[in-house]
Formats: sequence, structure tokens, C-alpha cells
Amino acid sequence: MNPAPTTHESPDSHAAPRTVLDASDISRALTRIAHEILERNRGADPVVLLGIPTRGVGLAARIRDRIAAVEGRSVPTGSLDVTMYRDDIGLKPARALEHTDIPPGGIDGKVVVLVDDVLFSGRTIRAALDAIGDIGRPKAVQLAVLVDRGHRELPIRADYVGKNLPTSLVERVTVHLTEYDEADAVVIADKPARKPGDKSGTPTAGSTAPTGVKA
Amino acid sequence: MRHLLSAGDLSRDDAHLILDTAEEMRSLADRPIKKLPALRGRTVVNLFFEDSTRTRISFEAAAKRLSADVINFSAKGSSVSKGESLKDTALTLQAMGADGVVCRHGSSGAPHLLATSGWLNGSVVNAGDGTHEHPTQALLDAFTMRRHLGSLEGRRITIVGDVLHSRVARSNVLLLSTLGADVTVVAPPTLLPVDMTSWPCATSYDLDATLPKSDAVMMLRVQRERMGEAFFPSAREYTRRYGLDVHRMAQLPDEAIVLHPGPMNRGMEISAEVADSTRSVIVEQVTNGVAIRMAVLYLLLSGTNETTNEEPVA
Repeated sequence: MNPAPTTHESPDSHAAPRTVLDASDISRALTRIAHEILERNRGADPVVLLGIPTRGVGLAARIRDRIAAVEGRSVPTGSLDVTMYRDDIGLKPARALEHTDIPPGGIDGKVVVLVDDVLFSGRTIRAALDAIGDIGRPKAVQLAVLVDRGHRELPIRADYVGKNLPTSLVERVTVHLTEYDEADAVVIADKPARKPGDKSGTPTAGSTAPTGVKA
Repeated sequence: MRHLLSAGDLSRDDAHLILDTAEEMRSLADRPIKKLPALRGRTVVNLFFEDSTRTRISFEAAAKRLSADVINFSAKGSSVSKGESLKDTALTLQAMGADGVVCRHGSSGAPHLLATSGWLNGSVVNAGDGTHEHPTQALLDAFTMRRHLGSLEGRRITIVGDVLHSRVARSNVLLLSTLGADVTVVAPPTLLPVDMTSWPCATSYDLDATLPKSDAVMMLRVQRERMGEAFFPSAREYTRRYGLDVHRMAQLPDEAIVLHPGPMNRGMEISAEVADSTRSVIVEQVTNGVAIRMAVLYLLLSGTNETTNEEPVA
């Protein structure tokens, strides 16, 4: 319905998309992340998972299922839309909102684990931290991402990373999940040339929008 | 979408986008901090040339919850009472840098004039103009009905009362037909416009025959302040034929709801028992009004528009 944060149109001919993680890689990474979350927080007790729409919500649900398989109980899981907290909100046309769903127990005193698909500039996570601040006061906030592609523009790092993926700014990283797409895969491709500002790859290149698809 | 002047301007997709956005905005009411940063630094002027309680407060609450700065202007106590024209008022607002102007005016078409005259660069939201339109009221009514009835496609909605003077009725008929509902307007012949052929709805003079076939019934206020002449012989006769009391309400299907845009004349078009009954969603309409107006202000004002000069903050 709404465009996903990561674009998933098939890249055009001049870009050679390659799959860097396949379904079983993603599955193993999420299982490991689930175990790391439990290990770090000494069990599932304080944990609340909040996925960032769109793909982060699906990933959060998968991590929840894996935690349930290990611990025998489900952790509260929700979604957190950060659209209104983005720093580029006044620079782009108004965007449709995604669904925010805070679990009934709230987040006060909990350990919130934010879940997103790709960590890039860090701006989405900054927006998410602001959004969390308006909802409650968690004991701690941690970050789980399936792919960390580097190029941070803010002092933000992930606590749980499925795969560190060194990329160039002209590349685009796309996460496909069966909940939304045909298959599970992480695909890397050259960004199709659209506007001159898009190709130059630096945030200060004069285009009004930040270069990254995934900010 | 630059302005919201008429419910008839909205496509079905536009309407659904506003309703879906309002659904997200409504969840804010349950949070400890009822504030979102989306319109930080934007200025919204409530330009009210006509009396209003809930609409003005609702727009003010909506703008403030989105972190916009709100300037309230009411014609009473302003230079309008000294004879200032709409144009000069608009130019003043433009000079002050209003990003959004929420306008209520006694003359039909005043918001349209503000939006198209070039006096203002900001977005104009029609908050009720004369007997013409009140689009955010129609949106909040549709939103309230959708929350109770699900999709409005094929739903039978009855609007009862002073259609002739009602901007709420016009906006509702336009929006509800866009959303696929079957609308029936019920009123005494004197309170229906002379030519209803352009309205996408059915008409009836018989409330009792229509109620059993209604999923929602919307009672309109009898607008005595707009009535220069007699439209019906007496208030009691109006109430007996077109007022909603508990006996009439019993004819409604089990799931049907009762709406009223407010302010109510209890005992006139709606009895107190009905207004306070469990079928009545009148108080909920007010809550939903804030969410709808947040959605409208967010969608109109949050993004770029060609008239504001923003430096990139990358």
C-alpha cells in the first residue's frame, strides 16, 4: 500500500543485483540475534521488541518467535512508526503514516529492542529514539538490525547485527522478506541513475533530500 | 492536496488516506505525552468569522498536538468589527507567515476565495462556510461510522433535518457517496433545497419509513439563526415528525448508531434519552474530530510545498 522504507522495485538492467544473504543466512542471523538478546538481557523478562515499519515489523515478529522457542514464552512485540519524527519531514511531500502499536504493558522500565532491516545513516534510529521518548521511559534501548551497511551520519551503533555489509554510497541494499515480498533475501545493487543529485553520493550535493534511500 | 475546501474535491483514495492517518493520530490520545513533532515551526491561524466552540477548539487542539504554533482569530474583538475586509485580513495573515489558515465564515465560498485569490500562500482548510460545506465534519462523521460499521461501502446512512441550511449535510452527502455509502436525506419539504437532482443521494419526507433501513442516522441541528422565515408550523410539530426519540430509535436495526454534529437542541431534533443512549456516538465524534483535524493538518502542512522556501537541513 504505502511505499516501504526500502525500495524493492526490481533494479533496472545496468545494475547487477547480487544476493548477499539468502533465506537460510537470514534465518541463522535472526536466530543468533534472538540468542544474543536473551544472553545480554539475561532472559526475556525485561525485553520489548519494537519493529520499525515496514520490514522491521516482520523481523521483530520473527525474533519474537525464536525467543519464544527458546524461552517458552513470548515477549511483547509492537511496531513504532517514526515518520513524524524524521528530520527531513519538512523537505519531502507529506508521507502516509505507518502503524504504531505499543504493547499493552507499555515500555516504562523495559528494555526496548528496536528492530530494523538496514542500518545506514542512523537517522531513522535517531527519529525512533525521539519517538520512544514521547511514549515512555525505558530502562534501556538496544538496536537490532539485519544489515549494517555503514555510512553513519550520526553517532549511533547497533547492538545486534545480522551482517556487516561494507557498501558504497552508489549501491542500494534491499531486504526482501516473505511477509512482504516473494522470498527472503538481502540484495545489493547499483542505484539506478535518476537525478544527478542521487548519483553523486554525498549528502551535501545540493539535492534537497538525503541521498540514501534508507536514511 | 494543497487546500481542503470541499468534501467533493476528495477522491476515494484521498479520503481513505485521511481516515487511515486519523486512525494513527487517534492512538495518540492514549499516550502520556499527547504531542507529535510533525508541524514544529509551522503556524496555523484559526480564522473564525462565525461563532464556534467545538470546531475551533478541535482545530486548536489538533494543531497544538502536532507542535504547530496556533494563532486564534475571531471576528469579534478584531479589526473586522472596525470594517476590515477579508482581503486585508488575509494580507495581514500572509505578512505574519501563516502556513495554514483554518477558516470559518458566514458567507459560502469565503475559504475558496482565500485559497484562490493569491492573497495567501498557506494552505486553506474550510472549517464551515455559510450553508455550503464543512468537510472536516464530514470526515470525522465518516471516521466515526467507519470505526463502528467497518467499510462504508453499501452502508445505508440517513441524514435527517435542516438540509437546506446545513453545510454538514452537503459535505456528508458528497463524502459518503464517494466512500460508496447509500445516503438518504430526510427532511420536511421546506427544509430541502429546491433542486436535489445534483445531490448523489435519495430523499424522503418520511422518517419512520427510512429508519428501519438505516445503519447510521445523523440528526442535524435545526438552525434557527439562519431561518428568517417559518419553515415549519411549530417546533413541536417538527419534533413529532422529524425528531428522534426512543420510540423512533427502537425502529433502527440493532447495530445502528446515532450521530449529531452538535451543538444539539435537546428535545427538538433529538431527545435527551437518545443523545445519552448507548447508540449515540456524539461524544466520540468530538474525540474523533481532533484526530481527523490532525490528519488533515498533517497531510496539508507537513511536507514541502512550492511556496515555502526551505533550506536543506542535511
